[in-house]
Amino acid sequence: MQKIYTKIDQVSGNVIALAADDVAYGELAIVSTAQGDALAEVIRIEGDLVFLQVYSGGAGISTRDEVRFLGYGMQVSFSENLLGRIFNGAGQPLDNGPQLTDCMIEINTPSVNPACRIIPSKMIRTGIPMIDVFNTLVMSQKLPIFSIAGEPYNELLARIAMQAEVDLIVIGGMGLKYNDYLTLKQTLEDGGALGNSIFFVHTAADPVVECLLVPDMALTVAERFAVEGKNVLVLLTDMTNFADAMKEIAITMEQVPSNRGYPGDLYSQLARRYEKAVDFEGAGSVTTLGVTTMPGDDVTHPVPDNTGYITEGQYYLRDGRIDPFGSLSRLKQLVNKDSREDHRDVMDAMIRLYAQTRETLEKRAMGFKMSDWDDKLVRFGELFEAEIMDLSVNIPLEAALDRCWSICARCFDKDEVGMRSALIDKFWPAA
Amino acid sequence: MAVQTGKIESINGNLIGVLFDSYVRQNEVAYAVRGEERLKAEVIRIRGNKAELQVFEDTAGLKRGDRVEFTGQLLSVQVGPGLLGMTYDGLQNPLNKLADAHGVFLKRGISLPPLDGSKSWTFEPLMVEGDTVRAGDWLGWVQEGLFEHKIMVPFHFRGAYTIHSLVQKGQYKIDDTVAVLKGEDGFDHLVTMSFDWPVKLSVEAFQERLMPEEPLVIGTRAIDTFFPVVKGGTFCIPGPFGAGKTVLQHITSRHATVDIVIVAACGERAGEVVELMQEFPELIDPRTGRSLMERTIVICNTSSMPTAAREASVYTGVALGEYYRQMGLDVLVLADSTSRWAQALREMSGKLEEIPGEEAFPAYLESRIAAFYERAGVVKLNNGETGTLSIGGTVSPAGGNFEEPVTQSTLKVVGAFHGLSKARADARRFPSIDPLESWSKYQGVVDPQRVATVRAMMKSADEIRQMMTVVGEEGVSLDDFILYLKAELLDSVYLQQNAFDDVDSYCSEERQKYVFNLLSDLLVAKSAVTAKEDARSFFNQLRQAFVDWNYLAWDSDEFRAKEAEITELLASGN
Repeated sequence: MQKIYTKIDQVSGNVIALAADDVAYGELAIVSTAQGDALAEVIRIEGDLVFLQVYSGGAGISTRDEVRFLGYGMQVSFSENLLGRIFNGAGQPLDNGPQLTDCMIEINTPSVNPACRIIPSKMIRTGIPMIDVFNTLVMSQKLPIFSIAGEPYNELLARIAMQAEVDLIVIGGMGLKYNDYLTLKQTLEDGGALGNSIFFVHTAADPVVECLLVPDMALTVAERFAVEGKNVLVLLTDMTNFADAMKEIAITMEQVPSNRGYPGDLYSQLARRYEKAVDFEGAGSVTTLGVTTMPGDDVTHPVPDNTGYITEGQYYLRDGRIDPFGSLSRLKQLVNKDSREDHRDVMDAMIRLYAQTRETLEKRAMGFKMSDWDDKLVRFGELFEAEIMDLSVNIPLEAALDRCWSICARCFDKDEVGMRSALIDKFWPAA
Repeated sequence: MAVQTGKIESINGNLIGVLFDSYVRQNEVAYAVRGEERLKAEVIRIRGNKAELQVFEDTAGLKRGDRVEFTGQLLSVQVGPGLLGMTYDGLQNPLNKLADAHGVFLKRGISLPPLDGSKSWTFEPLMVEGDTVRAGDWLGWVQEGLFEHKIMVPFHFRGAYTIHSLVQKGQYKIDDTVAVLKGEDGFDHLVTMSFDWPVKLSVEAFQERLMPEEPLVIGTRAIDTFFPVVKGGTFCIPGPFGAGKTVLQHITSRHATVDIVIVAACGERAGEVVELMQEFPELIDPRTGRSLMERTIVICNTSSMPTAAREASVYTGVALGEYYRQMGLDVLVLADSTSRWAQALREMSGKLEEIPGEEAFPAYLESRIAAFYERAGVVKLNNGETGTLSIGGTVSPAGGNFEEPVTQSTLKVVGAFHGLSKARADARRFPSIDPLESWSKYQGVVDPQRVATVRAMMKSADEIRQMMTVVGEEGVSLDDFILYLKAELLDSVYLQQNAFDDVDSYCSEERQKYVFNLLSDLLVAKSAVTAKEDARSFFNQLRQAFVDWNYLAWDSDEFRAKEAEITELLASGN
């Protein structure tokens, strides 16, 4: 027999409080307001007073609204029926499909025993040479895309979503502009990847509390699919909005802020989400790519800074390209030795030459005289940027490696690229 | 003994308020009971008849009125034979056994005994009946892998005891009684091969503390030569992300010339611990010919595991370290990263609504950090033997800026500072220890006079380098340019070291002395070259020769041949 409470004592921001007994910490409740039913979660118990965070916000709640406790925590439906569907942060459908209520699972799952983790060993091909060749994405890796606000990070995510060799994609959108959400959806639909995707979307105008739920929803579903043997790619955009939502709520709850207003547990909260990335022995895996926009292009801002300590490298998106210098995949060494024999050498040589190109361009800008070698480097830089770095380039790893050889052959003599002779003999394109 | 109980009154995250019936003890362990689940917690504040407890696990599902059982015991570790080679979580649950029993996820409310109670050990007595003993005295020993694991009078025994009975050599399990001691109180006290010890109390069962002096060689040239650490000393490694803190810690845990290494992975990536857990059993320790895991204990509380247990994990590590120190062994505890522990303190302090200090860290941060590092030291045991405990901690400063509370509090108490530099890491100069900013108060393995000379030289060379970025190579004199090249040579062939090469990753004490003497002679010698171009090409050749030399096994024929080549090269240049 469910008890119904009809006297709300406090409404402050998104948090309401009422006297109730036999309520569990983390339990869900339904608040029936004049605008309809709203979900709320118990976030504090103090004597007989129970504090609830209302997902859709405190606006319009009356002190005499009904509150019913459900006896369980936040859940999400889990089944194959999720594929191709779009939900909001509270798990309500945003498309025209039915509400899913079968096989509900709790979103607050325990962490994986480190003794059961395995060392990652499989690469994920994306068709993007700057990733595949230079900073290979590895199955079960967690990587953020560090970007400033105007960069095409959602386009990049959409491309990865369409091209990555995984079984299914879970997309968590946090604080997305509505138009960005539409574009993302449209791109996946046009690319035919929507049927393999699950969306959890919180748009910028939605209640801020729902933003907090998005990563948990997405990762819980992903983890469950992985346990059942699927290789899942989770795309989270944008984790800075997630952190900002935590900040907003922490401050309304009068928590002591630590750094630039963010709550003291920012690191733990981000880590709990990113650490869901895992490779299960004999089952599937979860790989996580998140977008972290850097306010003011400042990598020491608390969100990118804490993220960097958690993740296994990062992709820097700069001037519409994945920057080869700041970007790093900490796990690439585990896989690029087995892809093709020239992979590591090509990777190193191209980056070394491109670094020299940058120096030459600086020299040119300062008005120094250009040598023949400098001219070669400049030409190399142009080709490299147009044929490899450009984000629209979409070729498999092997073709990308061949293309690197071809660029070298068009710009340099064999002995100028600094690669092992055995490789040059084998891969240098015939004139 | 009757169990004290209480009822939950309030819940706020992992902080619960409990109304207790009769009395509680500050920092005692309690369990919040919900059905089958028993969630471990620690009392952290008492006000009136309400105790506030931090719960080491997720509190979802707890209700007001739920029963809480107080144990009367402080948070403790179980010590005894069988600790080596184990991987524990922050509360000393054996992770491999948890996985066998409960699958891949760490379900809450489950704990397993840290030591295997069914295993038999061969106990040999070291004392006889009638002997007088005190806490920490060695009653006997069992062979634990490489070590004679001493069975000691438990550290909490106060005063003098007479051995009433002691078992003969034979097979015993850890819970079997091996001795009966008669105390000054006239009562008999049973001693088994294991006992519990509170993690936050330092073990004081020894005669006196001594000055740490013996170098602790790690095999990393930048550390051993320039910023050495000693057995019983402390050091810290602050650095931004990507600077190579964890690689440096792994290298240290592999090569450090101590008996036992305890790695406390505190709030960091799970993947890194996994590498360690899977690689160490395969790696052979060249000094003993046995698997590295046999001298290692891993305490692992990674970033997604409950925050409150992070604090416990560093203390668990250091408490186990002290236990082995009491056997007269050299122990090194590595904590990666102490910042995550400090953050856990901050989270709890916020929930307790304490007045925040700088960056919202609690005011007691500094004294906690100091108390932690002060547990390191060299001790003279009751029987005159010495044991050492060294502590090294990494720090992850926000934004890579060392001017933050955790780094600063740590620098006040440690004996050596290995500051990692982002600029060096970006330039792929590893290990990225900043040669100008770092310091050590200890004396290392090479002649300190030479080190001082070389450091002074490095400093002037850095000034020249800065000048050159403005005026170009043309703007500096030949002598200055040569000095700059010499410093670059030192950097690339001595400070830099390949952590992934079998030979170069470990540079022995002997080799460091030898190579450093040769190199420092070269650095102070007058150079005969007369043009900058010649100087550059000469030093390039030298660099190539020295780098090759680094990859050759110590004192091998190739090593000698290369050395001859270098001597010849030097003769031609001077």
